[in-house]
Amino acid sequence: MPPENFSNIEQQVASLCEAHDCEPHRLLQILIQVQEIYRFIPPEAITSIARHLNLPRVSVEGAAGFYSFLSLEPAGNYRVLFSDNVTDQMVGNQELMRQFCSKLWLEPGKVSEDRLVSAAFTSCTGMCDHGPAALVNGQPLTNLTSDRIDLIADLILGKSPVSNWPSALFEVNDNIRKTGMLLDKPFVSGNAIGAVLARGPDATLAEIKLSRLRGRGGAGYATAEKWTGCRNAPGSMRYIVCNADEGEPGTFKDRVLLNSYADLVFEGMTVGARLLGCAKGLLYLRGEYLFLLEKLEGILKRRREDGLLGHNIFGETGFDFDIEIHVGAGAYICGEESALIESLEGKRGRPRNRPPYPATHGYLDQPTVVNNVETFACAAIIAFRGGKWFGKIGTWQSSGSKILSISGDCARPGIYEYPFGTSVQEILDDCGVDEAYAVQVGGPSGVLISWKELDRRISFEDLPTAGAFTIFKRGRDILQAVRNYADFFAHESCGFCTPCRVGTQLQKKIVDKIANGHGTASDLEELKHLGHLMKTMSHCGLGHTAPNPVLDMLEKFPGAYEQKLRNLSFEPAFDLDAALETARRITGRDDPAAHLP
Amino acid sequence: MNNQARISKVKIATCSLAGCFGCHTSLLDIDERLFDLLGMVEFDRSPFTDIKHCGPCDIGIVEGGVSNAENARVLREFRDNCKVLVAIGPCAITGNVPALRNNIDLWDCFQEVYLYDPGTEGNQIPNDPELPLPFDKVYPIYEVVKVDYFLNGCPPSPDAIWNFLTDLIEGRKPEIDYKLLRYD
Repeated sequence: MPPENFSNIEQQVASLCEAHDCEPHRLLQILIQVQEIYRFIPPEAITSIARHLNLPRVSVEGAAGFYSFLSLEPAGNYRVLFSDNVTDQMVGNQELMRQFCSKLWLEPGKVSEDRLVSAAFTSCTGMCDHGPAALVNGQPLTNLTSDRIDLIADLILGKSPVSNWPSALFEVNDNIRKTGMLLDKPFVSGNAIGAVLARGPDATLAEIKLSRLRGRGGAGYATAEKWTGCRNAPGSMRYIVCNADEGEPGTFKDRVLLNSYADLVFEGMTVGARLLGCAKGLLYLRGEYLFLLEKLEGILKRRREDGLLGHNIFGETGFDFDIEIHVGAGAYICGEESALIESLEGKRGRPRNRPPYPATHGYLDQPTVVNNVETFACAAIIAFRGGKWFGKIGTWQSSGSKILSISGDCARPGIYEYPFGTSVQEILDDCGVDEAYAVQVGGPSGVLISWKELDRRISFEDLPTAGAFTIFKRGRDILQAVRNYADFFAHESCGFCTPCRVGTQLQKKIVDKIANGHGTASDLEELKHLGHLMKTMSHCGLGHTAPNPVLDMLEKFPGAYEQKLRNLSFEPAFDLDAALETARRITGRDDPAAHLP
Repeated sequence: MNNQARISKVKIATCSLAGCFGCHTSLLDIDERLFDLLGMVEFDRSPFTDIKHCGPCDIGIVEGGVSNAENARVLREFRDNCKVLVAIGPCAITGNVPALRNNIDLWDCFQEVYLYDPGTEGNQIPNDPELPLPFDKVYPIYEVVKVDYFLNGCPPSPDAIWNFLTDLIEGRKPEIDYKLLRYD
């Protein structure tokens, strides 16, 4: 970055902060904009932001250091982040990264000497049906091939602005393959709000209760119960938050809902607002989906013009509600509702102690409802068509439908909507899978099932899922997949509690050890012990679920690791003699004492 | 009677690898309980006895991480000879302070110390076979051998060590009171 761009840093930061009313809760949004201007967060900007927002400098730096899309060091005019989900690995992202780096004389994770470009891996970018994928300065690059990598490298060397790159590189399709009650018919904006106003808030809440709707984010908490709790909680303001931080590797259904069904989602939030008496809604959009921001802002603007947001919605005096979009910056943990609220408040995404739950003490310590994108879409449909209609579909404990993001080894990856209770086998038949070996249902925090369990059903009572459905055909190395997931959790642990911070690292080390052929029976015992520790002692869901893929593999896929184990009670994690090689070279020694058999 | 008691004494070996002997010092800090301890155990290889090689033992206590080939040899000897192996203190458990060098390239480190440092004469990197050869990194001992117990604290307090050892000697599963698990 040439120094002249730094001369006006103070001025630029000052006007940025003023545009956000110098509001500390806007810190993350300010940092994201600073990153956009300078391609990193310069130390001078941190000092300046701290002064304008009246925050301790360390809080600003702490937040900036927490989010992986923010960089405290120069990251190049072009920052390329290769998506490293297991589905990207299946289609050769490692090879493309090597090609990219060798073409541009780069070392992964480091910025080039002229500060032109840097390349690194990042967690799943939600483009599993468009893999291999990457992000360049926050914009998604899809369906990468060797030719495309050459083209991108040339564009970078030619210093072509990203906005001038061929649009084919950025093409993102919905890939909707199967529709159901949510995705079937085009939704007419205003229908749900009109129905709520005609029926009244109490009766609508009763309809939601009647529908037996449960949260679509994975945990499956009864929506009517959550909303009633928030409604009855004392507070000066109530907030409604849409969790679009779709970070679970393998999930991309929120991307599609927001791209093509945003009105349905916003309408669901507005319905919630009427029921709970909220004046403000927040949509937390994951940083990877920044490309949707402009479109979503446009839809909000149109809804305001149409009287579906803002003052006196639908002509109803006193029905005031508006929605603001907050952008995330690459942190899986922010999908946890209390971490998400911390992040909305401009802080590091660190999960809070629960209870108290957000329903009573959420955003700015006020009663807050946090729901998944799909849950709001369901709420809008229920408000319009009634709870009885909704409850007829699915099973008794899991009413309605579930949108699945299907990727991996199948002929037709994409979005599939199924009534709850559909069997895995039926889904596999639809998306074109001959011989499934394993399916990761609900992403790494969910359940890894084997070919013996294909009669299991998608539902809260059997296979709960937030939407990820990653297919592995026979011949795939499950140990490699689990290694990818172990890496993912070690990278995404927020570091707040020891069982998760240390546990995820140790888990990764042991899985690596087994994959490298140094594992023994005692390592398997250690993995089980660690898993139990993380499940019982961690602070939040990340730590509770981080051992899932490893424990599932140990239980269901002995073939994946057994032949790699050494027939010993213990084996070192590394080659001791090789670890002496550097010192042998330096000292020129080769005597017996300089070796370890 | 006396003879009988001596034969049934528990045999303990201790060593300090890449550590500071602080854990050993803390062991000595059990003060007058040392007499009780010596009534129950006999020390094999240990800095207290100056025995150079470890024979068959019941308990091996290892302080410090694995920084060089000599450390690895000693550690293997302990593992081969001790029924129960205990990692004592964070250097043995994680590498701790000595592992701070893990972020420095070994060649840079050697150059700085032996070639560039003011006051060095002859500017030569020592290569005598008598000298233990350093690893590229300092490793926690569990990465080199199987470890049965980990006793944390920098150093563990004398009370923690005493409770831990008496539990082990008397055949109980060692349990350290939460208040005793601390780093100061």
